Amino acid sequence: MKTADLIRALAADSEVHPMPPGRALALALIPGVAIAVGLHFAVLGLRPHLLTLLGEPRLLFKLCLTFLLAALSGALVARIASPGGCIRHITLLLAIVPALLAAANLAELLAVPAAEWGQRLVGSNAIFCLKSIPFLAAAPLVAALLALRQGAPEHPAIAGAAAGLFAGAIGAALYATHCPDDSPLFVAAWYTLAIGFVVAIGAAAGRRLLRW
Amino acid sequence: MRAGNAGDADSYRRLLLQLTPVLRAVARRGLASAGMADTDAEDVVQETLLAIHLKRQSWDEDAPIGPWLRAIARHKMIDTLRRRGRRIDLPIDDFAEVLAGGESEPSMLVADVDRHLDCLPAGQRNVVRAIAVDGASISEAAARLSMTNGAVRVALHRGLAALAAKFNGEGT
Repeated sequence: MKTADLIRALAADSEVHPMPPGRALALALIPGVAIAVGLHFAVLGLRPHLLTLLGEPRLLFKLCLTFLLAALSGALVARIASPGGCIRHITLLLAIVPALLAAANLAELLAVPAAEWGQRLVGSNAIFCLKSIPFLAAAPLVAALLALRQGAPEHPAIAGAAAGLFAGAIGAALYATHCPDDSPLFVAAWYTLAIGFVVAIGAAAGRRLLRW
Repeated sequence: MRAGNAGDADSYRRLLLQLTPVLRAVARRGLASAGMADTDAEDVVQETLLAIHLKRQSWDEDAPIGPWLRAIARHKMIDTLRRRGRRIDLPIDDFAEVLAGGESEPSMLVADVDRHLDCLPAGQRNVVRAIAVDGASISEAAARLSMTNGAVRVALHRGLAALAAKFNGEGT
């Protein structure tokens, strides 16, 4: 087939309108997040007295931080689907999240006597946290990967990792409304580990699924 | 491109035709700098055109199109080099002679697309052939193959997507 022939076929196919990646992501997330929220209420449930505890600074920080991470990594996923796009700014903005977490950890270490550090770090249900965040992240991860397949990410593994970060952040934000451990020490250790696990799965899946 | 995304097939076709010589030059330069025979260049051009077409929605209409096109062309070039790297390609022709050929399309048929086309299911293959090689319009192809216009559109789109996937699957 000559190139001019191929172009004729491509032009004939131009009446189909594929969806832009940002809209594909938003559309895929509706069922993805709905499933995650459904599983959250069915299996985990909200923490008792969540609303009355909202004034508690540690809980508030934990919730805000996970939501911030979800928002920023969501913007990153939407952008990474377009080749040639600039992701430097959003990646730099993402660095705010670990910086805030580090600052909160420092404050916690200053506020709490050293004898309590270990107990705050290990918390009451670390293993449960490690299992729950990937569990809640599964449906959003599938949704984000499916949406990215509509786009053309230049680096499939990195795009998959970004999808994993986004899904992990959604899982963490949901889990944060259940988890009774509010210390930034706990968040830094276990949330990070759980999200990192989802990132690794996303990268491995992206390497296979996001090639084009 | 904006017109093409809005469904204006004619301007879209003109755009792709204008892009082709540029893509061809880029492909030749890329293959030459990797020390490979540039007989593969037309394959790279066709693969890149397929990717531009199938991924055209990933271009943000408010952003300049140059970086987007460059990124796609680069991606396909790297893809090809990685794949061809596993084969041994010895340029037989005198290199200078090939370069003197300029940017015109080689008259020989491009092996890869045709080979991949042969692997498609018969329905998709017939539709792609009728429209690409015989120059039929959607409705002419529909009449000739006694299919509905909608079925021809679907078969064409699936066939093109399958062609791109075949390029991709090669060597993995």
